[in-house]
Amino acid sequence: MNRPSRIPTADIVRRSLPRRYKKERRFLIYGALSIVVCFLFLGIFFSGIFRMGWRAFFETRIKLPIYLDPELILPYNIKESDYGLVISQSLQRFFPDVTSRQEKRELSKLLGAGVEEVLKEFVIKHPEAVGSAVEIWLPAGDGINLINKGVISKERAIQAGLVTEGILQKFEQLSSDGRVSTGFNSRFFTSGDSHTPSMAGIGGAIVGSFYLMVVTFFLSFPIGVGAAIYLEECAPKSRLTDIIDININNLTAVPSIIFGLIGLAIFLNFFKLPRSSPLVGGLVLSLMTIPVIVIASKSALKSVPPSIREAALGVGASKIQTIFHHVVPLALPGMFTGAILGMARAVGETAPLLMVGMVAFVVDIPKKLMDPASALPVQIYLWSDQPDRAFNEKAAAAIIVLIFFMIAMNSAAIFLRKKYERKY
Amino acid sequence: MKNFIAKFINTSALSRDNSYCYQDVSVFLSDTSQLKSKEPFSLPESSKKPCIVCRNVNVFYKNKQAINDVSLDIYRREVLAIIGASGCGKSTFIRCLNRMNDTIEGCRVTGQILFDGIDIHSKDMDVVLLRARVGMVFQKPNPFPKSIYENVAYGPKIHGLAQSKRELDEIVEVSLRKAGLWDEVKDRLSHSGLSLSGGQQQRLCIARTIAVNPEVILMDEPCSALDPIATARIEELMAELSQEYAIVIVTHSLQQAARVSHRTAFFHLGSLIEIGPTEEIFTRPSKKLTEDYITGRFG
Ligand SMILES: Nc1ncnc2c1ncn2[C@@H]1O[C@H](COP(=O)(O)OP(=O)(O)O)[C@@H](O)[C@H]1O
Ligand SMILES: [Mg+2]
Repeated sequence: MNRPSRIPTADIVRRSLPRRYKKERRFLIYGALSIVVCFLFLGIFFSGIFRMGWRAFFETRIKLPIYLDPELILPYNIKESDYGLVISQSLQRFFPDVTSRQEKRELSKLLGAGVEEVLKEFVIKHPEAVGSAVEIWLPAGDGINLINKGVISKERAIQAGLVTEGILQKFEQLSSDGRVSTGFNSRFFTSGDSHTPSMAGIGGAIVGSFYLMVVTFFLSFPIGVGAAIYLEECAPKSRLTDIIDININNLTAVPSIIFGLIGLAIFLNFFKLPRSSPLVGGLVLSLMTIPVIVIASKSALKSVPPSIREAALGVGASKIQTIFHHVVPLALPGMFTGAILGMARAVGETAPLLMVGMVAFVVDIPKKLMDPASALPVQIYLWSDQPDRAFNEKAAAAIIVLIFFMIAMNSAAIFLRKKYERKY
Repeated sequence: MKNFIAKFINTSALSRDNSYCYQDVSVFLSDTSQLKSKEPFSLPESSKKPCIVCRNVNVFYKNKQAINDVSLDIYRREVLAIIGASGCGKSTFIRCLNRMNDTIEGCRVTGQILFDGIDIHSKDMDVVLLRARVGMVFQKPNPFPKSIYENVAYGPKIHGLAQSKRELDEIVEVSLRKAGLWDEVKDRLSHSGLSLSGGQQQRLCIARTIAVNPEVILMDEPCSALDPIATARIEELMAELSQEYAIVIVTHSLQQAARVSHRTAFFHLGSLIEIGPTEEIFTRPSKKLTEDYITGRFG
């Protein structure tokens, strides 16, 4: 009745309705549009990486009869024998028409640079075969591999000097004999880095990343959760705790390379820990991850309803009993979610690892936390820096693997959240 | 089973012997002696000793005063109802009695609250022990997100009231029986406490409280989230429990106060306006404010 006008409310509301609905529709369209843009970029990114990377998961193999000459492979010297010579002799026997020195050298390009290793592994596994001729699948040379997988055309490969006319002819002849196949490249997942693309793998990098995660998790989770419990539940609220809170929030915004520099100064220069080791890398990543876990854990603790605390205190539980019997179990899924997200960020981090020397060329797969190691993102960085096209392909493949890990970790976080969501 | 009950009777008898009479009690004793017999809630003779004595209690939130110089006594085996308009400090006051206000940042309590003759804020009274002896049931049912069994067993477990699993089972059963919930849940003790209905949850919370065998039970609007049937169930339960425990219930339902309580205290803006036998408060209030409130002229 305090409205002077006589127009009924219904009329006023009705008049404003079209405008309101229009506004709502416009907002929905903006929203849908932004989603489309996001997915477009995601699609471009994924399709690019996939087109480039999928080939690295496959390799071209050639089946050749190899005579395991007992004069070259001595029983007491299986590991040190000259397998390169064994292979080149067998190749000559298989292609008797090749006579000139030049042609002989080119013939070796038919097979990959690491075939000696493959043959050595075979002989170590089957020492009884020495002295006989065996048919073995061997990885093809990089040029042939690229042509066979359709990365480059034959003309381009010949122009670039990756293969010669003669080699190509031999390859086609082998192909028509059924001696060529394309198969899953398991070596990519098991071997360490190498100078030859066909032998290079992410095995070492995966192990390095795994060690990093272990160190990071076991350091940052207990410390982060402990700090969060103390700050949120025990510490009296004061100006000091406010300052600590603000600074923990600030820490999450610090560029990761700064953490790398801190690690370099403290862990390497002061504590003299070994360079390039997953231990130091993990320490640095922990520095980065702890604030993330503290913040996630604090908000998880905050979201536990006060009624649960009151219930526990009401029956006479002490403060610590209340926290550990009731509050922490309810906050734990949230804490784990935060930890997983923090770890997913850490596993993709490159810059801080560069600072503590985890960019080394590491062939051996690390066995201990102190061994020099590399990590997946660093391996990607190293490979994408190489001029050789075959290495870029490997980098793309490594990116696929890394993204797969990230998706797996984020899914785990979502799963945890969904599973334990609002049980109270 | 018998052992367990005997033990509990022993301990409560012991604590009764130790109890200490406050001098000012005579005023309130005369009040209670006037109370007419009111079946089934008649006040037994032995209850005429206060177990909680409050003198000049003030409560401040930061600098805002929420409770103003309240003095009252709570007797054994009585139901004391606290009524008053919303925001008048009923919850604040009842939470002083088991020091639940300690958990609120910036909340300060002054004055004396004696439980069994001991100042609950003194060093002689441990807050964990106090809360074990003064149990609390909250406005919203708040079972732990654990099994029904675990809910009831938690208190006895942390206080070490049971020597064996058998004894613990007994405590759980007796408590659930006392709370009138046993027949409804005995086949699903391992189900989550949250799977129960609101009224059942509140009775579970009561069972959880009495499993610790407290001397006083504080209830802060225990029925405000429940339907009339569940409310009636809890009121019945209060009548039974008052045979053993002192019960302080905050309620905004005057009918409920009239139905269940022996005495009623009326709060207004943080002050205790009037306290007396329920019948008197509702039929012949001595203060104008009380009369206005119970006749519905405000609030
Ligand atoms: N945690 C708190 N912080 C500050 N003020 C509070 C807090 N809890 C209650 N109060 C204030 O104290 C007064 C009494 O509140 P409360 O005891 O909850 O009233 P009631 O239970 O009678 O409705 C109210 O004015 C309320 O605003
Ligand atoms: Mg209240």
